Parts: sequence; structure tokens; C-alpha cells
Amino acid sequence: MNDTEIKTRVIAIIKSIAPEVEEGELQADRPLRDQIDLDSMDWLNVLVALHEKLHVDIPEADYGKLVTLDNLVGYLREKVAQRAA
Amino acid sequence: MIEFKLPSLGADMDRGKLLEWKAKPGDVVKRGQVVAVVDTSKAAVEVEIWQEGTMFEQLVPIGETVPVGTVLATLLAPGETPEQAALQKRAAPAARAAPRPAAAPAAVPVAAAAPTAATLAQRKPVSPAARQRARELNVDVEKIAGSGPHGAVTIEDVQKAAAAVQVAAAPAPTDRYAEMRKAIAAAMSRSKREIPHYYLSETIPMQRAAEWLARENEKRPVTERILMGALQLKAVALALAKTPELNGFWLNGAFQPATGVHIGVAISIRQGGLIPPAIHDVDKKSLPELMRALSDLVSRVRAGSLRSSEMSDPTITVTNLGETGVEAVFGVIYPPQVALVGFGRMDTRPWSENGELLAAPLVTASLSADHRASDGIRGARFLAALRERLQHPEEL
Repeated sequence: MNDTEIKTRVIAIIKSIAPEVEEGELQADRPLRDQIDLDSMDWLNVLVALHEKLHVDIPEADYGKLVTLDNLVGYLREKVAQRAA
Repeated sequence: MIEFKLPSLGADMDRGKLLEWKAKPGDVVKRGQVVAVVDTSKAAVEVEIWQEGTMFEQLVPIGETVPVGTVLATLLAPGETPEQAALQKRAAPAARAAPRPAAAPAAVPVAAAAPTAATLAQRKPVSPAARQRARELNVDVEKIAGSGPHGAVTIEDVQKAAAAVQVAAAPAPTDRYAEMRKAIAAAMSRSKREIPHYYLSETIPMQRAAEWLARENEKRPVTERILMGALQLKAVALALAKTPELNGFWLNGAFQPATGVHIGVAISIRQGGLIPPAIHDVDKKSLPELMRALSDLVSRVRAGSLRSSEMSDPTITVTNLGETGVEAVFGVIYPPQVALVGFGRMDTRPWSENGELLAAPLVTASLSADHRASDGIRGARFLAALRERLQHPEEL
């Protein structure tokens, strides 16, 4: 799965939780939760959906690495590759 | 014959629009079954029935907006025949009248309510003409703030108050957000007008709770992870055990303690506004159960499918504004409840323990409480118990 595919999946999941999000307005290199109104319950639901759709498990200890959309896409790319290997 | 009436689904609701029937005439319904869906201007709420029977006549058509207390349908009690019910109906024709004048909007400033001992003890100066006009307009003069000399109620005050009732009782406009804003305005205005709030706050060290939770979540798959919010709710519920005067309702001039701890959780709606539905028996739920209940509630608030029992019976409310980054929140109590607990942001700040200065995760918890039902010293005791509970997360 390439970055574009992962990003499309991630944005679809975010939009399912925060329907008001406009993809064009998201800055991929800026903190995600500053741009979108996601509380901790929403964020947990994003992670649960990623777990279901991409079959990756994100430990709580890794939350700190997932600040921007770019961070998240890069992290997921590695996880998906690890799973495939 | 059983009358199924539109219940009040929160202090800020005075009417509802029937969206759907979930049972049709002839259906046997059980206690706790959802029989109708009603729009309260905040959300579509599934309304449960609390008596067993057979759906008989549905009196309110779908799409109609009616005041709280209106008989929506009649049901046959177990063993009752339609003929018996028809007889009973003839004997009491008033039961069918849809908008009942008695069902005055609870959240309206001048809503007719029994005058309390306090208001009777010091009657307001009201001119005979104003009193006469108030009788004509069916307005309670004791509830009006007078603008005349020495706070005397004038004819103009009476007319203004009557106009306010009419505005509140007007049919629902289509703008849902404006409607919700109005409902929140009515409940919060009533709260600040009637409830003598007092406020306390306490800084709570969260190191133990945060470390315990991190260890706990390490063992859990993402689908079973627990949020700090669930720990805080459980700690509130357990801390209430020693201060029951914070858990219940102020009704008809007296405090009525609640039998269970049903916490109203203030959940914001994406389009604006908020709903505080209840999680039942929080003190008796395990953390995983509580987390599932919380997650389920948030998703149903967002999807707009709440149940009437969740809307009508919170015994205390908890609000968490820490997510938005504020240090503390001092909330406005939802009448007829008597207390609201607020949590601010958890972050690392300087803290001293056993004479040592350290950096520790802290959270400011606050209590807004009704001084008619409790005193500051009891509120302080509650916050101390809450702090203590959060130092023993493994016992939550």
C-alpha cells in the first residue's frame, strides 16, 4: 500500500468521525488535532477504525509520534509493511 | 387503561415532536421497551414505556409537536378489554385533550409552580392593577422581577412576563440549532435564577492514575482501551457515597436524594450545543463496562439515537473541558440536579509532595453545588474523597 492509498483511507476514517472536515483544508505537516476538533474519544475511534481497516495495532506509547497527518501516514506505511513481511 | 405521556427529557425540554411509533396498535409492550421516537430539538430520543400493556389508540399523529405531559397513546392494561377501555374513556374525556394547560413549560421563567415557603413569607409589592392583569394573563406575580419602586411589580412587568411565556410556547421553528440554543438558554437561565451556586476546586495529582492506566492499556487491544475520562467518572461515583446530598434533585422546596448514581455526561455535538445524557449506576460498573457505556453514548449522541431514560434521569452531571485545553471549569448546574463536577486539562506542573518539589501530572477538579441542598464543608469533603479515590486507580 503506498502513501496516497493510506492517506485516502485515513482521511475517509477521519471524515466518518468528523464529517465537517474538508480534505483540501488539511495541512498534512501541521498538528492534526489543532486543525480538527477531535477529543480523546474521537481519537480512540480513529485508531479503532484504523485497526479494523488496515489491521494495525497502535500502542498508546506511540501516540506521541502521531502528531501530523504525515506522521500518521508514515507510521502506518511501516506497520503495514511489517505485517506483510 | 394506561396513558402513555410525553416525558420530560431534561430540564431544558418543554415539548417534543413525534417522529415515529415503534409499536403499532395491538402490539404487546414490555416495561423498558422503546415505543416512540421523539425529537427534543437536541436529538431524536427513543422513548421507553414503564408499564406493560397492549398498544390501543395512538392519539398524536407523526410530525406533530406537543407539550411535555401530553398523552401520546393509550394502552390496555393486561387483562383489560377494548370495551372496558372505551367505557373508561367516556368517563374521563379530558384524558384525550392533547395540549394540556397544566403541562406548563418547566423551563419558562414564569411557569406556574407552587409558591415556595420563602416566596410566600415575603410577598412582593404588587399593585392591585398589576395583580388583576396577572390573573387575566395567567402569570404568577411572585415569580416576576419588579421594576417599580422597592421592586414593585408593575403592569408592564406582568405583560412582559406573559409575552415571554408565549414566545417559549410558540411552535417549533425549523432552525434546529436556534431551537437547541433556546432550550439551553432556558435551562441555564432557570439554573442561575433559582439555584444559589457555590464553587470549590481542588488540584489532584494524577501520577498514579496515569501510570496505572498506561500499564493497563498496554495490555489491552485498541478496541478495549480505557480513557482517563472513564476513571474520573468512576471516581466521582464512588466519592459520592459519603456525600449523598450532592446526588439527587431539588424538587418542591426540598432535597430528594437519588437511589442510584446516574451521571449525566456533557457531550458536545459537532454542529454546536451539548447534551448531557446519563450513564446509569456508574458506581456499580467496572471500568471496561463504563468505557463501553461511554463510547456507546458518545456515538449515539453523534448519531442522534438516545433513549428517554438516559435523558430524563441524570442525578449529577460531569463535564470535562480539559480536551479544549482549559485548566478548570466551573459549570452551571442542570436543574433539578444539585451538583456538577468539572475536570480541566491534565498536564505536568510543579507539585510538592513530602517536602519535595517535583513535576507531576495534575488536574483541577471543581464542584458547583446547590447551597440549598448542601454546604461548602460537605462539598469540600466530596472533593477530598475524589482526590483520594484517584490515588488508588486499581480500586476503581
